[in-house]
Amino acid sequence: MTTLPQSTHKKLGLAIDLDICVGCHACVINCKEWNTSNYGAPLSDQDAYGAEPVGTFLNRIHTFEVKAADKPAQTVHFPKSCLHCDDAPCVTVCPTGASYKRVDDGIVLVNESDCIGCGLCAWACPYGARELDAAEGVMKKCTLCVDRIYNENLPEIDREPACVRTCPANARHFGDYADPDSNVSRMAAERGAVPLFPEQGTNPVNRYLPPRPKADIQTDGDIDILAPFLDTSGASNSASGPSSTTAKGLLGWLDKALEAI
Amino acid sequence: MHPAPSVIVFTALSGLGFGLLAFLGVNIPDVTGMTAFIFFFIAYALAVGGLVASTFHLGNPQRALKAFTQWRSSWLSREGVFAVVSLCVMGIYAACLIFLDLRLPVVGIIGSILSLISVYCTSMIYGQLKTVPRWSQPLTPFLFLAYALTGGALLSGQVYLAAGLMVLLMILQYAHWTIGDTRLAAAGGTIEAATGLGHLGKVRLLESPHSGTNYLLREMAFEVGRKHAVKLRVIALLLLGILPCALLVLTTPGHLSALVAIILHMAGVFAARWLFFAEAEHVQALYYDRHRAA
Repeated sequence: MTTLPQSTHKKLGLAIDLDICVGCHACVINCKEWNTSNYGAPLSDQDAYGAEPVGTFLNRIHTFEVKAADKPAQTVHFPKSCLHCDDAPCVTVCPTGASYKRVDDGIVLVNESDCIGCGLCAWACPYGARELDAAEGVMKKCTLCVDRIYNENLPEIDREPACVRTCPANARHFGDYADPDSNVSRMAAERGAVPLFPEQGTNPVNRYLPPRPKADIQTDGDIDILAPFLDTSGASNSASGPSSTTAKGLLGWLDKALEAI
Repeated sequence: MHPAPSVIVFTALSGLGFGLLAFLGVNIPDVTGMTAFIFFFIAYALAVGGLVASTFHLGNPQRALKAFTQWRSSWLSREGVFAVVSLCVMGIYAACLIFLDLRLPVVGIIGSILSLISVYCTSMIYGQLKTVPRWSQPLTPFLFLAYALTGGALLSGQVYLAAGLMVLLMILQYAHWTIGDTRLAAAGGTIEAATGLGHLGKVRLLESPHSGTNYLLREMAFEVGRKHAVKLRVIALLLLGILPCALLVLTTPGHLSALVAIILHMAGVFAARWLFFAEAEHVQALYYDRHRAA
């Protein structure tokens, strides 16, 4: 049923420490490895060894640069996966009931045998946490490793999400936010964690622990002797990933035709 | 947002089809027998054709029937339910009118209302999405209804009503564009807000999570055609309103002028609907440093 539960008994989720994450992408790889070989359809890749590889991932790391006017720039590695929102818009938009939030532990899951692959839940998610698998045509998302955390065939130490288990920097933590004394609740309270993108009204369960204040580094002029020779005027767009502003075929022709008007 | 042809065809054609059904249900035009059959055939071809097109973008269309189950929470599900119910009700009305020469006014009126509710549900599939601020404005349902009614008036041969509705439609479309241009900023759509790092300074993407593209960028970070938006808007207004309006008012009404007006209007509807998707900014693309205000 795609109506949301009034409340959930537990609120399982992650605490992600933006101060500690080093951007190594180990959690991305371990997430892919575990989830491509266990619950649900595999996470397929297309053209994996070709010129334009694409694939399904449930966890991705963005790297941002943050710059205050009078301070040196700061790098923040930003892991992003499903935040298992209390008011998950991806659940209510689902026409088939495939997308649901569990009453027991609050995990948001997709029942793949009911998913028609319309993609509306991915449109409804403000965080980009859902990806339609190109091979299976069903929506894939973080399951909080539901097949690990309750799995009694695994040693107890491994009964946490793959991303948490693998993080070499200990930047990811797993716990129950419904319990105010849990590891994640305490961490979130101590570090003043706030919900991500609250303007969207999703009430996410996961919390991001903000970077701690940095010590001020005094610099006399330029640190980098090459800096004066670098053209940084277009820098803000240089890292935006692959450009999608050029088109081929019919669109390319339309583009040129409209340019000529 | 990626302007997928299947979704453009779906919303444009089914809107026109249900718009025509809304007129036929209240006996406009007053036809029976073979003439009625032709009108209903056009309406059903458009509405059903649009609905069938909508299944082309599904990953698993063989399970499409499951989409009728979640009408309590999902606008997409409601759209499916209302579309089928209104097609059934109008089917009864049409069959009696065509084969029995029998008019059932109450059934027709109910069918008309249901047809318009179907269009409203279609509009809310997009209008409900807070993640696409350009769509989640109050005008979105009015715009879709105006498109349906204008197309319906045009297809049912109501020359002056269609001309009047086209003027109203152009005003609504212009307002939707103008308000839409301010929506992302009004929704706090900045990379600082999305990352929650704004208190530390200005944020930019230093390294993308992946070197190639992915589903998120293809589906929700469409930027082709933005630079031509103003030109395309002018072309859309010319085609969907100004030219067919002038044609209808300035020439003597006839089948040929009506046909040309319909073709022009439909071309305009497709252009405007393409823009509806292509111009829409999704907030998740903020994490990729897209949609930066110029």
